[in-house]
Amino acid sequence: MKEEIIIAGFGGQGVLSMGKILAYSGLMDDKEVTWMPSYGPEQRGGTANVTVILADSKISSPVLDKYDIVVALNQQSLDKFTSKVKPGGTLIYDTNGIHNHPKREDIKIYPIDAMEATLELGNSKAYNMVVMGALLQAMDYKLPMENVVKGLKKSLPERHHKLIPLNEKAIEKGASLL
Amino acid sequence: MKGNEAIAHAAIRYGCDGYFGYPITPQSEVLETLEELMPWETTGMVVLQAESEVAAINMVYGGAATGKAVMTSSSSPGVSLKQEGISYIAAASLPALILNVMRGGPGLGTIQPSQADYFQATKGGGHGDYHLIVLAPSTVQEMVDFVGLGFDLAFKYTNPCMILADGIVGQMMEKVVLPEQRPRRTEEEIRKQCPWAADGRKDGRKRNVITSLELESSKMEVINHQLQARYREIEKNETRWEEIGVEGADYLIVAFGTIARISDKARELAEEEGIKVGIIRPITLWPFPTEAVRKAAEGKKGILVVELNAGQMIEDVRLSVHDALPVEHFGRLGGIIPSPEEVVEALKEKIINK
Repeated sequence: MKEEIIIAGFGGQGVLSMGKILAYSGLMDDKEVTWMPSYGPEQRGGTANVTVILADSKISSPVLDKYDIVVALNQQSLDKFTSKVKPGGTLIYDTNGIHNHPKREDIKIYPIDAMEATLELGNSKAYNMVVMGALLQAMDYKLPMENVVKGLKKSLPERHHKLIPLNEKAIEKGASLL
Repeated sequence: MKGNEAIAHAAIRYGCDGYFGYPITPQSEVLETLEELMPWETTGMVVLQAESEVAAINMVYGGAATGKAVMTSSSSPGVSLKQEGISYIAAASLPALILNVMRGGPGLGTIQPSQADYFQATKGGGHGDYHLIVLAPSTVQEMVDFVGLGFDLAFKYTNPCMILADGIVGQMMEKVVLPEQRPRRTEEEIRKQCPWAADGRKDGRKRNVITSLELESSKMEVINHQLQARYREIEKNETRWEEIGVEGADYLIVAFGTIARISDKARELAEEEGIKVGIIRPITLWPFPTEAVRKAAEGKKGILVVELNAGQMIEDVRLSVHDALPVEHFGRLGGIIPSPEEVVEALKEKIINK
């Protein structure tokens, strides 16, 4: 098993922390993991992406050019990474603010309205967990929910642990979007 | 955890006595994590944010002179500021650990990963004929392990040691196993391990003087010869490297740090096309594994040296193989990281199809 994933969007969308939760969830499921961020100096508004690799055996390069799954959360990221999905791979993107939709026919494409789904949940901060729900659903490797919860516990500071049930709900909501 | 965070955990667990630093991206998490872990309340380790990089390295100089296990960390521009202090520490034959998480230069450059301080770390950096022991980690686990190894080597040879990490391994997260917590050495243990330490004369022993100054040339030459003899000893005992798939390969890639892992992925991709590549990853950049590179190169058709710089380690590779085969360089600059595919392309263009 090896899942090579990139999540890309604006800084402030929770891209890096989503990658972190995914990496910790994999760790809790006893996988080898790497989490490699790439972002500009700005905390908000700039572009940010994170490469997460989950595997059964030792991972060589933490930096990749082709991915099993690309998650794109803005037009810029969609333009940049659509061509980098491996043939037969998966592309998930949020349709908000997207005017040029991807046209490849050799990959699975899932447009989702994650913002709309998040607003239905009533807490806009759960946005990245809705997206993560969709990602987990699309992955060939099925991460058990109990290990995702352990991953959430590990990566969130204790004062935010009361939000874990909401995050779980957001993940389920995201999974239902596919 | 992140490579930078791992350094902080490893330092505390080693029983480090003091950390003196000044924040700079991409390694500020070292200081931040230490502040968060508050080791002064558990092991008694001092954590201090100095007023500048220059102050921090001189605090390390002072701490090291008393036989304490002390360290500092910074990134490229900050490490340049520390060079005077590093040269003094080397000249005074003191153990210390220095971490450089390299970013793209020259000048203030970028905050993205680089390996462009290879020359600075391995060929001097500061003035005078001295060498640091230079360790290049490629995984977060090695960030942890090299804190212990670095301190051990520094004390064994009373010589400063540098961990030369690229920004990738500082910023990325991986699984790590942390060592057991070791107690800090007692005053008595320090006195036994470091009879040279300037720790206050308590037992009527002769005065210990720590200095890098010797105005009499004949004496300064003797000191230099002593340093050189120690460097030969380190070369003999401490050269470290890793080999992957070297036997039976037609080509060789030499790369250090995380770039060796990107090259390893490139090796896998090349193999799918029937191209056999072996990897040599120098773990100690000084002493450089000259003999290992020379041996690995025997019978090969060419060597590609992959670095995040314009061609620095390639000089040591060329010196190792004496023009016995073509040696070419591939690098990205200023904070750009090459993909494994790019490395395969470079291998074809610069070596195979040339």
